[in-house]
Amino acid sequence: MSKTTMTRRGVLKTGAVAGAGVALPTIFTASSAAAYTNEPTGSTVKFGFNVPQTGPYADEGMDELRAQELAIEHINGMGDGGALNTFSSKALGGDGVLGKKVEFVTGDTQTKSDAARASAKSMIEKDGVVMINGGSSSGVAVAVQGLCQEAGIIFMAGLTHSNDTTGKDRKANGFRHFFNAYMSAAALAPVLAKEYGTDRRAYHLTADYTWGWTQQESIAAATEAMGWETVNNVLTPLSATDFSSYIAPVLNSGADVLVLNHYGGNMVNSLTNAIQFGLRDKMVNGKQFEIVVPLYSELMAAGAGENIKGVYGSMNWNWQLQDEGTKAFVQSFGKKYGRPPSNSAQTCYAQTLLYADAVARAGSFNPCAVAEALEGFEFDGLGNGPTLYRADDHQCFKDVLVMKGRDNPTTEYDTLEVVEKTPVAQVTYAPDHAMFGGAEASLGTCNPGA
Amino acid sequence: MDAIILQILNGLDKGSAYALIALGLTLIFGTLGVVNFAHGALFMIGAFCAVTLSKILTISFETIDPTQKDFLGNPLVVKTPYVEAWFGPEFGAGLIDWAVPLSILFSIPIMIGIGFIMERGLIKHFYKREHADQILVTFGLAIVLQEVVKYFFGANPIPTGAPDALTGAFDFGTLLGFDPNTVIYPYWRLVYFFFAAAVIGGVFAFLQFTTFGMVVRAGMADRETVGLLGINIDRRFTIMFGIAAAVAGLAGVMYAPINSPNYHMGMDFLVLSFVVVVVGGMGSLPGAVAAGFLLGVLESFASMNEVKSLLPGIDQIIIYLVAIIILLTRPRGLMGRKGVMEE
Repeated sequence: MSKTTMTRRGVLKTGAVAGAGVALPTIFTASSAAAYTNEPTGSTVKFGFNVPQTGPYADEGMDELRAQELAIEHINGMGDGGALNTFSSKALGGDGVLGKKVEFVTGDTQTKSDAARASAKSMIEKDGVVMINGGSSSGVAVAVQGLCQEAGIIFMAGLTHSNDTTGKDRKANGFRHFFNAYMSAAALAPVLAKEYGTDRRAYHLTADYTWGWTQQESIAAATEAMGWETVNNVLTPLSATDFSSYIAPVLNSGADVLVLNHYGGNMVNSLTNAIQFGLRDKMVNGKQFEIVVPLYSELMAAGAGENIKGVYGSMNWNWQLQDEGTKAFVQSFGKKYGRPPSNSAQTCYAQTLLYADAVARAGSFNPCAVAEALEGFEFDGLGNGPTLYRADDHQCFKDVLVMKGRDNPTTEYDTLEVVEKTPVAQVTYAPDHAMFGGAEASLGTCNPGA
Repeated sequence: MDAIILQILNGLDKGSAYALIALGLTLIFGTLGVVNFAHGALFMIGAFCAVTLSKILTISFETIDPTQKDFLGNPLVVKTPYVEAWFGPEFGAGLIDWAVPLSILFSIPIMIGIGFIMERGLIKHFYKREHADQILVTFGLAIVLQEVVKYFFGANPIPTGAPDALTGAFDFGTLLGFDPNTVIYPYWRLVYFFFAAAVIGGVFAFLQFTTFGMVVRAGMADRETVGLLGINIDRRFTIMFGIAAAVAGLAGVMYAPINSPNYHMGMDFLVLSFVVVVVGGMGSLPGAVAAGFLLGVLESFASMNEVKSLLPGIDQIIIYLVAIIILLTRPRGLMGRKGVMEE
């Protein structure tokens, strides 16, 4: 006869352990029988698209979502196939991925790191997504990438341009197709030197957060290497709306170039204010005063209106390119939505296809198998020309576009023109480059979760 | 010296916007006793009145130009505004160019109407409620209004330029004996400053020199007694709400060329304007105007490199720092009535 002895203390202990187990986020406990987090078992698999659907970047997020939806259509064999027809890898057969139909859920990042993490977490835990894609901010990308690493799923970054995303904050589960601040600077600086000369004095206004800092560091280093002098760098609050008090000191600083390390609403307002102050009409040091905006986007160019005419910047991709991949994607997107895609849309479209293709090549949704398939992957036909997903830092290496505000746009969509396609060799750097965390930066190890 | 003059000028135009919004805010607080957190949204709606008129004036008919191609390779659809077809290309283009100043006339009835609807439809039900309730309901209203604007106009800023004749910058330096191009200031910001001064002067004159204004001022001083005299003070206060909405709207209309309007621009100004009202003194009209300009100028000086190098980050906190100091040392604000906010 067995005798069960239950003490008060024992019951409390057991209860505490059980309670802790229940309270543990399901992210760390779910499907313990599965080999990896959210292993798909049915006939469908879910992707998670985490984009800004509210807040100041909602239009950019909407364009990303359009492209992601289009990518899902193409993966599932609907529509005209878009850039899948021109993609160098033929692992996807237009019947979903590994025989599973792809579905998607969406989250709203609000362009806030905490909100983005919360929506990504919800999609992983409640919806069971196998990957997260999208976003319009480096702060958000770094935060969500960290979460995906912990959760054991793949993060295919959207628009994130800070060096840190694949620099000091790189992660084994995170991959970036978009270019970065270093690449912008490496592409822009020679063009600026050619157009404006090597004897220039630059004044920088810089958004006071991770992207702004790395953008300023990169463009200052690249232009200084061309002979330019950096007169001053003034950090401006991200919340600033009127930049007149930051622009006024530029007038008498002796600078003959203003570099606006701003993006989004900051860029629209600072550029508008600089034009209002007549900076581009001024002659300083015997030279015409110039303005440079290192990172352009089509939507922000539209927001700045006529003020961007003649202003140089850079982009990851533009719909006006004439390669077959671009043409296929633009035709497909344009027919469905009646407008050309933005470069944030293109990067999300490419990332979604690249993830699906990697799964197909790996033969598994296991994030570590997918990561292995993406590492060192060389491809073409998605619009950016020959591209390498470098294994060391999970950064894509491809040509970079130098852009200029068009003087006489014919429609609302061609406000920017492609000035130069900078070859990839010119924007390539060592994985342990000082601006990318140096030798200490590490991907860590892949986490399959579960 | 030239840098100081420039920052004073910058501060004056920033202060103009603060003063105009704060004037409406304090007018509503002084008359109705309501803390209206939807006031920033009225500023934003004013800016979108300018956007709307611009869009109305550029409503176009389409013709096909077979010699040009669109992004899909189809013949390009060329849009020509109806006003250019009806009134001739020159006059039509002129109308479109002057859309923002024309929006002043367009916006006044719209803003007064919105003010009436807001006050009669929602805010009057909260007169006797706690300030916290008023703040919550008006803040909620502000979010609803901005989401409505976002639904129709999108989240991206919409460029809305000043007339060509008023773009560019004026060389103040040459007037003051400095070298050319050392103290230059955008024409439109000067226009904004003088416009704000005219509106503020108009509101003060209306309250000071009209019978209506006299009754309103009497009502602000002692609502009960004015009511006992048989005057319908509520109706006059409703009209004042409409006027306050129009003032905020006009501030927004004229601000459209300074920064491209977007749906959340009202929120950017709301908190600052509340600080302006608190510093000036709740319910004090001259206080709101004086504090608006004062804080605008202080904010500009705090953005100077010399100041920022001494006190990093001061440009982000200066306004709140002043508010804290004022609240600690003089809770009723610079020109507030004795007893208000001092209980």
